[in-house]
Amino acid sequence: MIDLQDITKVYQIGDEKLYALNHATLHIAPREFVSIIGPSGSGKSTLMNIIGLLDTADAGTYKLDGIPIQNYSERQLARVRNEKIGFIFQNFNLIPKLTAWENVELPLIYRGMRPAERSERVALALERVGLTARARHLPTELSGGQQQRVAIARALVTDPSLLLADEPTGNLDSHTSAEIMGILHELHRQGNTVVLITHDNDIARQAPRSVHILDGRLTEVVL
Amino acid sequence: MIMSFKMALRSIGSNKLRAVLTMLGIIIGVMALVVLVSLVNGATRSVTDQMASLGSNYVQAYCWAYGDKAVTMEELEEWVEEEPLIEALSPEKNASATAKYGSKSQQMQIVGTSPAYYEIKGLQLAAGRFIKSSDLRNNSRVCILGPSAVDVLVGYSDCIGDELSINGLRYTIVGVLGKSQSLMYSGYGENLIYIPFTTMDRQFDTGYGIDSFYATAPEGTAMADAESAVRSYLSERVGTDDWGNENFYVYSMDVMETSTEGVTNILSILLGGIASISLIVGGIGIMNIMLVTVTERTREIGIRKAIGASRGNILRQFLMEAVVLCMMGCAIGIFLSWCILRLANVVVAGTNMITFDLDGGVVLVSVGFCFLIGIIFGLYPANKAAKMKPIDALRYGG
Repeated sequence: MIDLQDITKVYQIGDEKLYALNHATLHIAPREFVSIIGPSGSGKSTLMNIIGLLDTADAGTYKLDGIPIQNYSERQLARVRNEKIGFIFQNFNLIPKLTAWENVELPLIYRGMRPAERSERVALALERVGLTARARHLPTELSGGQQQRVAIARALVTDPSLLLADEPTGNLDSHTSAEIMGILHELHRQGNTVVLITHDNDIARQAPRSVHILDGRLTEVVL
Repeated sequence: MIMSFKMALRSIGSNKLRAVLTMLGIIIGVMALVVLVSLVNGATRSVTDQMASLGSNYVQAYCWAYGDKAVTMEELEEWVEEEPLIEALSPEKNASATAKYGSKSQQMQIVGTSPAYYEIKGLQLAAGRFIKSSDLRNNSRVCILGPSAVDVLVGYSDCIGDELSINGLRYTIVGVLGKSQSLMYSGYGENLIYIPFTTMDRQFDTGYGIDSFYATAPEGTAMADAESAVRSYLSERVGTDDWGNENFYVYSMDVMETSTEGVTNILSILLGGIASISLIVGGIGIMNIMLVTVTERTREIGIRKAIGASRGNILRQFLMEAVVLCMMGCAIGIFLSWCILRLANVVVAGTNMITFDLDGGVVLVSVGFCFLIGIIFGLYPANKAAKMKPIDALRYGG
């Protein structure tokens, strides 16, 4: 479902060219659970942003579900992000002024869904991450683990074909991390494609397949 | 749409002090616009009301037709009955006579007229009554004194029922007119003695017909129409003399009225224009804060884009916020203007006549203007927000 071919992303810093991605090629099949592992500065966030359609590559082709994304207009990109991709960020990226419920509801609003269907799906998503009781709380009133679970619910609520998790446990203690990883495993078992980006070998090892990234180059590894 | 309205309200509500300070420019602008224009309109209305109450709203006509051709009161009344452009009509006959009260004797101007004169010329009674139609029928010897006539002849105003003589004939004083309340024409018509014109015809041999009269237009029709109605009637009735000159002369105060209107219109446009400038300044304030808000919320914009908000969604959200800010400011401004006008009414209550109301037209204009300002000054910041690349926005500040 993800088909990256010779993706290159270059940052110009002064006179120097910095290859965040250097002819990266990666195929991910539907229902796969892949971890991408690499130290900071290795280009893994850039990779995630390109896979998540937040950023565009300077060269190479990227097909999502068989469709080359270069052809998409900005409006279409927004729609694909909304319908096919669920993001889980290291720092949760919840909107602080909105309650847990409203944060989860937001992508459905952008999709233009009816209120009745919306609240049904939000309730379901919050239930799946076990946060039904805290739906009316603001992010600041929730613990880190709870915030991340809200973020996962927000990613889930649209039934995306791809879950993109960028260091989802990076800001969490080991106990909560295990909890979050449990949810990701559960989602994978339920048939979601999960791409997990991390610098932590222990976390990466939990995925059936791992890809190593260093200086913008990708290599398959067995951990 | 409703959703973005709710979002806008929430985001404004989350920083109330800033929202109020931002709105202040709009509030003051709206207040300046609404209060100034309403004040001018109130003053204009009181001036025109005064002109009307003074009887400036009349057509005056003279005609020279004597003997068989003389215009009689009966035919004038018949004509007024059928002419929709004329509300009322009253003759005026003038004579000079010696009036005597007690031992005092004085040369006075005598006016012979009908009951309608009172309304047409906007006279004010201080005591007693004016001429009645029964006085006309009975050729009653009754008279009404103008305020100066009272001073000159009687010396005190409590003279109703007293008698005076005009050229030797005894008249009963039935009414005394008050001093003119008006800003204009003070002194005009104050030194006169009014008597029924039929009585006058008998004593002064003026029974040759009507050679001078006043007419008014019904409410809501223009004086100019009444004037031309009188003109066409007289042109048919008395026509021209052997040399082709018109045997009549008609004029009205309409010219003055329209020029007053012109001046006050220019005044409200001028003041409104100045006030609009402060509204625009308020709009710039809104734009300024919206730009700050967009920068502050860059990360939020990034999150929203990441979860699928399109450019249009973001644009709408921030535009809505600017418009809602403007409209709230506008509403508060209109409310405060209303308070100020009420206050102004209380202040001027003692000095009579002038009242100030919220002018519906200017309220509508300011609402429309605020909406436009919200759109115009919100568009740039909103567009700036919408154009952000999701990845740059997400990276911002963290």
